[in-house]
Amino acid sequence: MTQVLEIQGLTKGFSLHHLGTEIGAFEDISFNVAAGEFVLLKGANGAGKSTLLRTLYRSYLPLSGEIRFHSSHGLIDLACAADVDIAHLRRTEIGFVTQFLTARPRVSAEAIVAEPLRLAGWDSDAALNKARRALETFGVKPDLWAAYPTTFSGGEQQKVNLARALILPQKLLMLDEPTASLDVNARGALVARLQELKDQGTAMIGVFHHPDDVMHLIDRVVDLTPEHTEIEEREDVAL
Amino acid sequence: MSLSTLTKPWEAMSYGFLDGSAKRELRRKILKSVAVPGCQMPYASREVPMARGWGTGGLQVSLTLVNPQTRVKVIDQGADDSVNAASIRRFIARVAGTPTTMDTLEADLIQSRHRIPEEILREDQVLVLQVPNPEPLRSVQPNMSIARQMHADADYGRMWLQLYEQIVRSGRVMQGASYPSLVHGRHVMTPSPIPRWDVPKLHMAKHLTILSAGREKRIFAVPPYTRVEPLVFSDVPYKIEEHGALTCTRSGTKGFFMNEIPQDDGSSAFEVSDSEWGVKTIRANDREAETRGETWYKDGEMPQ
Amino acid sequence: MTLMLEAPRIVETRPLLDVKGVSKSYGHVQAVRNVSAHAHPGEVIGIVGESGSGKSTLLRMMNLEEIPDEGSYTLDLPDVSGNLFKLDRFARRMLCATKIGIVYQNPHLGLLMKHSSSGNVAERLLVAGERSFATLRQAATDALNASEFPLDRLDAPPIELSGGMQQRVQLAKAIALEPALLLLDEPTTGLDVSVQALVLDTLKRLQQDRQITMVIVSHDLGVIRTLADRVMVMRRGEVVETGLADQIFQDPQHPYTQQLVHAKL
Repeated sequence: MTQVLEIQGLTKGFSLHHLGTEIGAFEDISFNVAAGEFVLLKGANGAGKSTLLRTLYRSYLPLSGEIRFHSSHGLIDLACAADVDIAHLRRTEIGFVTQFLTARPRVSAEAIVAEPLRLAGWDSDAALNKARRALETFGVKPDLWAAYPTTFSGGEQQKVNLARALILPQKLLMLDEPTASLDVNARGALVARLQELKDQGTAMIGVFHHPDDVMHLIDRVVDLTPEHTEIEEREDVAL
Repeated sequence: MSLSTLTKPWEAMSYGFLDGSAKRELRRKILKSVAVPGCQMPYASREVPMARGWGTGGLQVSLTLVNPQTRVKVIDQGADDSVNAASIRRFIARVAGTPTTMDTLEADLIQSRHRIPEEILREDQVLVLQVPNPEPLRSVQPNMSIARQMHADADYGRMWLQLYEQIVRSGRVMQGASYPSLVHGRHVMTPSPIPRWDVPKLHMAKHLTILSAGREKRIFAVPPYTRVEPLVFSDVPYKIEEHGALTCTRSGTKGFFMNEIPQDDGSSAFEVSDSEWGVKTIRANDREAETRGETWYKDGEMPQ
Repeated sequence: MTLMLEAPRIVETRPLLDVKGVSKSYGHVQAVRNVSAHAHPGEVIGIVGESGSGKSTLLRMMNLEEIPDEGSYTLDLPDVSGNLFKLDRFARRMLCATKIGIVYQNPHLGLLMKHSSSGNVAERLLVAGERSFATLRQAATDALNASEFPLDRLDAPPIELSGGMQQRVQLAKAIALEPALLLLDEPTTGLDVSVQALVLDTLKRLQQDRQITMVIVSHDLGVIRTLADRVMVMRRGEVVETGLADQIFQDPQHPYTQQLVHAKL
C-alpha cells in the first residue's frame, strides 16, 4: 500500500505567555495513512482531535515529531517545511474541510466553489462549470448559484463550503466535523463524494461527532485518549 | 605714464547702458543657454530704467548684443509703433547709437513681445523674446526647487497630465499662448506668450532665438536649426488659431495672424497683427515697391 | 520551543521581492532594525504591528521613498538588477512608475485631488511615455473598471468622491501599468466597515485575477487575515514572528503576537 502520510512522535502544546502556562494537547502520536485510506480520529473531548488535524495542516506548529508527507515533489516533513512550501501544498495536494464557510461579500456561491480550481490554474469557464455541477450534487438550488452565500442559512452555507472544499481531488484531506448542520440529502452527497475521492486514492483523516454517518468509509480508528493511542484495526469494515 | 593715459576719460554712462561686467555675465549665460537648448539659466538681471515686467529681460539681452552697426527692430504684440516698442527702440538707439528699422528683413536684432514676425528670419538675425514667466512647470509644481529637479530628470508627466485634463474637461487643449514645447527632445520650455500660430516658426528655424525674463532672472535659447515640438498627444493634433482664412480690413492681406477689433454692431473686424507686414502689403498694393520677404505661412498654412 | 523551519524545497522560484537586513534610524530613534522580508510571485505578505512598529517605514522602503542606512533590496524582474537602494533618483522614479504600485491610507498622498480621476490613473502611463490620448483614456477606464469604480464618475475629481471611491482611484492608478508588486499601506483604515469590506473584496479579486504580488501593511488584523498568505509581525522596528496567516492567528508563538491576536478576539 502506498503511504501518503507517516506521523512519527508528534507532540503539540501551547504556551500562553500572558498566563505563563503551558497547555499540552497531545504527545508522541505516531501513525501512517495510506493512499485511499480513511482514518477516523477518536477520543474524549479535549483529547486533541481537531488540534491534531490543524497541526497536520500546519495551522498549528508542532513542538516535536515528524509529519512525513509523500508529495508529488517527493518526501517532505510538514512539521518543519517552509511556509511557502506548505502554502503551495495547500493549493495543490492537501485539503482541509471545516464546518464553516468563510464567505466573502459580493462573491457568488459558484465563484467561491470555483476558486480552488482557479488557483490550480483552471480557466474560468471550465472552473465555473465544474463548480455548478458540484453545487448541484450537494443539493444547492440553481437559483442560488449566482447569489452571495453571505445571506444563506447555515445549512446552505455548509453545502457551498463542502462543494468548494471537495472540488479538487487532493492527495490528503483533513475533515473536521463536516457533517454538522447538514440535512440528510446533503450528508448523503458528502459521503458519496468522499467515497469517490477515496476510490481515486485520496487519503483522509477525519473527526466526526457522529461517525455513523461515514461508518462504511472508515478503515481505521486512531484513539487519541491518553494511554490509549494504539491503533485499533477495524474488522467489521472490509478493506 | 599717468593715470589719464591708463584710463578712459570719464563718460556719463557705459556703452549700451549696462556696465562691462553685467554684459560679460549675460554673454556667458547666453552661450550656456545656446549650449543647452531650452534649459533655463539664472542670471543677475540688472536694473534698467524701466519697470520689471515691461521687457527688462529682453532689453538687457539686446543691450548686450548690439554694437553701433547693429540694426534694431522692436515690436510689441506685432506692432512697431506701440508706445512700449517705440520707447525701447529709442532707448537702445540712444545708449548704443544703433540704427533702427521697422523692416523685419533689414533688422539684425529683433526684440519682441508676444509675436514672431511673419517673414522668415535668416541665419544672421537674432530674435530676442521678452518672457514674463519662464517656468512651464509652474502651474503643475509651485515649488521651484522641485521643478528644477523635474527638468533635470525630464519628468514631464504632469505637463502631459495638464493637457489630458484640458481635453477631458473642455474637449480640446485650452492652452492659448505660451504653449509648452519640447526643445531638442530634452527640455520643455515656454516659448513666451507667443500665440500657438507662432510656435511652429521656432521649429528648425534658421535664426537664433534668445528668451529672457528680467523679473524672474532666467535666460534660455533656441539655437538655429533646433527641434521645437509643442507637447501634443499623438492622436490629438496641434491646432493653431483659425486665422488662415481671415482678411486684414486695412491692408487686405490674408492668411496671417490677426488682431480682432470689436465693432459697434457686435461684429468683429480683423487687422493683421504684424503691423510692418500690413504696411508692406499696402505699399505693394499701391505699387510703390515690393519689399515683402518670404513668409512662414503660405495661404494661411504652414508648409511641413 | 517549536521546530526550526527548513528552506523552501518545493517552491523553487526565487522570491520576487527580497529585502535583506534593512535598518533605518531617525536621529536617536531606530525605526527599523535588521529586518528582512521576501515575497514569492503571486504571494500576499501581510505586515502587522501597532503604530510606530516600523511597518510603514518598511513599506516606504519597498517603494523606494525611503532609503535605509543599511540593507539591500532586489526585485527579480527582467531589466531590474542589483540593490535597488543604490539606484539614482531617475532610475528609482522610472522603476517605481513601471514596476511598483502603491495605495496609501491617506488618498492625498497618492492622488491629485483636483484633477480628474481618470487623469490620476493616466498620469502613470504618461510618466511611462504613453502619448496617445485614446490609449490613455482606455487604459484609465480599464484600470478604474478593474478596481470597481463607477465609470459614470470617470472624470470626477477625487475631492468630490467618498473615501472608498478615492481608494479605488488609488488602486486603479497603482495597477494601471500592471505592476509586478503592489504595496498597500493601511488601504482600508478610516473607511466605514461596510465600505472596508467592499474594498477588501476588490483587492482579493484583483489578486486572484492578476496574481499580483502584494505587501499589505495594517494594524487591522481582519484586513490581514482576509488577504495575506503569510504574515510578518513587527514590534519596535523588529520582526518578532513570521508564519502562514492562519498559523499566526490560530497559534501565535511570540508573547507580543499572542497579545495582539487575543486583543482582537
